[in-house]
Amino acid sequence: MIANLALQSIENKQLKGAISIRDVVKIYDPKGLAVMAVDHCSLEIKPGEICMIVGPSGCGKTTLLNAIAGFHEISSGEILLDNKILCGPGQLKAEPGPDRVVVFQNGALFPWKTNIENVIFGPVMQGIMSRPIALEKARQMMADAGLIGIEDSYPGEISSGMRRRVEIVRALMNEPSVLLLDEPYRALDSLTKSVMHEALLQIYYKNKTTIFFITHDIDEAIFLGHKVIVMTTRPCKPKKIIEVDIPHPRDYSVLTSRRYRELIEETIDSVHEEAEKAFVAGEKEG
Amino acid sequence: MNSEEKYLRFTNTAWKVLYWFASPAPYLLIIGIGLFLGSWFLFVEVWRLPRFEKLPGLTTVIKEWLSPDPIYGLSIYTEDYYKHIWVSVRRVFFAFLLATSIGVPLGLAIGWFPRFKDYVFPLFELLRPIPILAWVPISLIVFKGSETPIIFLTFLAAFFVTTLNAMLGVQSIDKSYFLAADCLGASKQQVFLHIVIPGALPYIFTGLQISIGVCWFSLVAAEMVSGEYGLGYVINTAYSMIQYPTIAIGMITLGLIGYSSSAIVRLIGRLLMQWRSRELSVGGSR
Repeated sequence: MIANLALQSIENKQLKGAISIRDVVKIYDPKGLAVMAVDHCSLEIKPGEICMIVGPSGCGKTTLLNAIAGFHEISSGEILLDNKILCGPGQLKAEPGPDRVVVFQNGALFPWKTNIENVIFGPVMQGIMSRPIALEKARQMMADAGLIGIEDSYPGEISSGMRRRVEIVRALMNEPSVLLLDEPYRALDSLTKSVMHEALLQIYYKNKTTIFFITHDIDEAIFLGHKVIVMTTRPCKPKKIIEVDIPHPRDYSVLTSRRYRELIEETIDSVHEEAEKAFVAGEKEG
Repeated sequence: MNSEEKYLRFTNTAWKVLYWFASPAPYLLIIGIGLFLGSWFLFVEVWRLPRFEKLPGLTTVIKEWLSPDPIYGLSIYTEDYYKHIWVSVRRVFFAFLLATSIGVPLGLAIGWFPRFKDYVFPLFELLRPIPILAWVPISLIVFKGSETPIIFLTFLAAFFVTTLNAMLGVQSIDKSYFLAADCLGASKQQVFLHIVIPGALPYIFTGLQISIGVCWFSLVAAEMVSGEYGLGYVINTAYSMIQYPTIAIGMITLGLIGYSSSAIVRLIGRLLMQWRSRELSVGGSR
């Protein structure tokens, strides 16, 4: 029994990236109008899990991501990463850091740095790697992600799909506990998107980093995620949690499987309901 | 850069030049200049229109400009011509250098530190609209000799433009670059060095191109007021001594030198911002 526990704790140590979101509330207060963006939201994400957050646009998903990343403060509740408090009572805003790297909706590669200079930015700035070592590791990781021959080009010279992959590699260079993705494939066409999904999984299988992935695309959510969390429209809180029992590693053949279609059906009703609510609310505001 | 890449660069440039000649642009340029010179010739020398007959004619000006023995003492064969050019260029060079080395850091600081902006910006905005000519008396009182007041006046106008553009440059930087740098663990100084400066560069160079133009602009105004050499001085004295062709020579020379100086600034900008020109040449899909 005790040996068992010890073993478990070793396992937990090896697998980093457990996120606990406990009773988080976020109230925006523009012009004295208290607007609740996140309403007593609680979530548990296991280490190495791909957790997909689905909800209508503007429902407050990004607010949650920003709280984890440390871009905004929360109003109450607490968020823990590997049992350490990121933010909570007393410190409502987490400190941004390389253990939680965000990949942005519109991409945030520095256009004035070459792709490889972008990739080595994190470790070199933090001073944990010398330039030559960082360059070597970056070449290796870029090659693993299928990014060969674009090292010395600028982000503006490559396709948007490639830019997303460079940005993900830039994040993973820091060996983060969790990767925070904020609708990274929103601007891509559907063909590029499906290629990107497989590419993301390929990268994931090598690193097994916890992924917190915001999207409003149900197909994307089921295809990638270990679990899919459907959020209510503003204020945002979990409405339904779907465990995706399709085994990893996955590839595009999943898309035609029966279980995949069933899960989509299971998800689509609750998402649609929230989307309708959001639409009606939008009509009223407009 | 290996030889193959060099070759590609070269053919690329050669292709661009050929392409330019195949486009209507160079012919329209010639027609444009031709129309201007043609109407000058016709108005003044052929038709002798009222109010135009006193002006120096095109052929007179060119003859005077290219004459080894000019009637009014100034042509490309006289030493004085180059002395005037040299004095003006030197003044603009120092004023521009001074405006850039003070204006760029100041603008970056105003854009980057909100508290500093609150201090400096209102005063800055109060001084900015004051025309350069209004500064003439003060500068003559404060600065000794003829050289420093001219350089000061030339500097002043350029300084405001440069500072303002550097500030706008910082403010124009996409906020997600700052968030990304925070995520990747960059310190404040590193953010300034790696994000703020390169991010503001496009605006800074737009500012510098305007500023070099403004330098010439205010230089001539200052030289008309004081000084014993320089192109502005040439134009002013030629007017009072009724040497009208020399006025035109001074003006044409100013145009040519002004154009070359802003071309040099443009070239430096292009060299420093390769990421931009390469992005544009490929037609980056963003």
